[in-house]
Amino acid sequence: MSRSLAAGPAVQAGPEPPSEAMSPAPGPRLGVDVRRLSRFFLRRPGLVLSLIVVTLVVLAAFWPTLFTGRDPLLGVPADNFQPPGARHWFGTDELGRDTYSRVVHGAALSLKATLVAVAVAFVVGGALGLVAGFAGRWVEDVLMRFVDVLLSIPALFLSLALVTALGYGTVKVAVAVGIASVASFARVMRAEVLRVRQAVFVEAARSSGTRWYGVLGRHVLPNAMGPVVVLATLDFGTAVLAVSSLSFLGYGAAPPAPEWGTLVSDGRNYLANAWWLSTLPGLTVAATVLATNRIARALDGEWATQR
Amino acid sequence: MRRYVIRRLAQAAGVLWAAYTLSFLVLDYLPGDPVSAMAGAGMDSSAIDPARLEELKGQYGFDKPVLVQYVDYLGSALRGDFGDSVSTGRPVTSVIADALPQTLQLTGAALLLATLLGGGLALVATYTSQRWLRQALLSLPSLGVSIPTFWVGLMIVQLFSFRLRLFPAFGNDGLRGLVLPAVTLAVPTGAMVAQVLAKSLLTALDEPYVQTARAKGAGRARVHLGHALRNASLPALTVIGLLVGQLMANAVVIETVFARNGLGRITAAAVSVQDLPVVQGVVVFGALVFVLVNLVVDLIYPLLDPRVVVAATVRRSPA
Repeated sequence: MSRSLAAGPAVQAGPEPPSEAMSPAPGPRLGVDVRRLSRFFLRRPGLVLSLIVVTLVVLAAFWPTLFTGRDPLLGVPADNFQPPGARHWFGTDELGRDTYSRVVHGAALSLKATLVAVAVAFVVGGALGLVAGFAGRWVEDVLMRFVDVLLSIPALFLSLALVTALGYGTVKVAVAVGIASVASFARVMRAEVLRVRQAVFVEAARSSGTRWYGVLGRHVLPNAMGPVVVLATLDFGTAVLAVSSLSFLGYGAAPPAPEWGTLVSDGRNYLANAWWLSTLPGLTVAATVLATNRIARALDGEWATQR
Repeated sequence: MRRYVIRRLAQAAGVLWAAYTLSFLVLDYLPGDPVSAMAGAGMDSSAIDPARLEELKGQYGFDKPVLVQYVDYLGSALRGDFGDSVSTGRPVTSVIADALPQTLQLTGAALLLATLLGGGLALVATYTSQRWLRQALLSLPSLGVSIPTFWVGLMIVQLFSFRLRLFPAFGNDGLRGLVLPAVTLAVPTGAMVAQVLAKSLLTALDEPYVQTARAKGAGRARVHLGHALRNASLPALTVIGLLVGQLMANAVVIETVFARNGLGRITAAAVSVQDLPVVQGVVVFGALVFVLVNLVVDLIYPLLDPRVVVAATVRRSPA
């Protein structure tokens, strides 16, 4: 959308106008086409389900009391190891804590970590790619070689090295995960900046005397953002998995606090007699990742190619 | 061809050097005092003896300027000496060498499984003319990359060890003990292989040469396996090369889940006690494996597709 605002008619003279002329009612470009939207979703029940799952997770992260009135930290020793049922949807753990309320309250920590990780990757990687693509010459060479090195160290090893240096905790784990995926953001951002830099409107802006920061901020950045945002939604699922892996290994939040990966690893000791303790929190992680990946796939092309 | 090989070798060496430098910077130069963490090693930090602290600083060279430290460390790393583990006192290289066979077994078996299962899935999914079967098979890989590996491991243990009692749940118990962790580790990797191979197979099947082969009377299976697969396997090969690093890293999680001894267990333990030399050794080793495997893949590539070398030489020649 921002593309048409910044680019003006010069660039849009490509394939856009004919397709618009063909559609029966050429309404305002920025308006939401309700019929197209509803048809898009009706044909994709999986996508609707994914949106519901993500909405529920976000709600649980911000307002856990909407879903459960129980205290996630309060144990009722008499009620320990209750299988899932009407009273305890996800059963109870060895201290008699309600697993469902622990999963609901854990959403806040896990979602926070994921958001921090994606934000770090987006900002740092995006900045690296932007500078590399815009500055060119030796700056680009140096930055992109650095990115190649980041790519050559397996992501989890890099995260583990950062955790060793930074220490334990949800935010530190999140930063470690974010740094580990900086490289792909930098690559995509640079590729986009290189593409946009060639565009006629950038040349026009330059020749009409716009300063370099004006060209960068007003013209290049908004038009190069799209694919990077799509990558961020894709990275979301990866980040949920990486954060939960690290907290499964025990580098996340300190014990009493519920966090999805930690819940799974806590249940590990009772696999033989209380299957629900690691099964159900793990299923929550899997559902969240599946849902975000499905949404990312929809953003990445399906909407644009659908007629 | 020789210039191609030499250039790739030089690139590999450069990446390794940079990976070492990066891990040095991250581990030795970031906030936090590694020496007091080492001396404390899990204990209360107030209980550290100052004399012991100085001794450690001298031993690890932390009292020297960073640049001198770096050159010293790099020099000994080039001679294959990554220092001694802080928690056990053994040389890092022998710690890694001792743990390596177990992890190689695990990752090797997982890679084999992933290639066979992922490749098989992609082949069947693109070969079948049953729409529902194709849809079902093609939706499996995205499931495989979305579920957490540690959770898959726990579920498999629950089913096959505790319910069916077919395989041991934990430990390094020969071939039977290898089955469950290898399958678990193969799930995300196999899913990626399947995704890439299925996509490139579908693209290859649309190519004119497939039409030509069909027009000449080649059977469906022959076109699929003889013509399309050969060309479609190139991207899959690249992905397998890239996935080896991920396999090694995932072994950290899997070995923890199955309580197997190996490189992953050692890494997890080293991170827990902030054993910097071991962590750095593992990180550099991971990069080494990654670089070597991709070097091999790049060198196999021209054998499968001679155009690669030509393209690489042509692109470079004007510069």
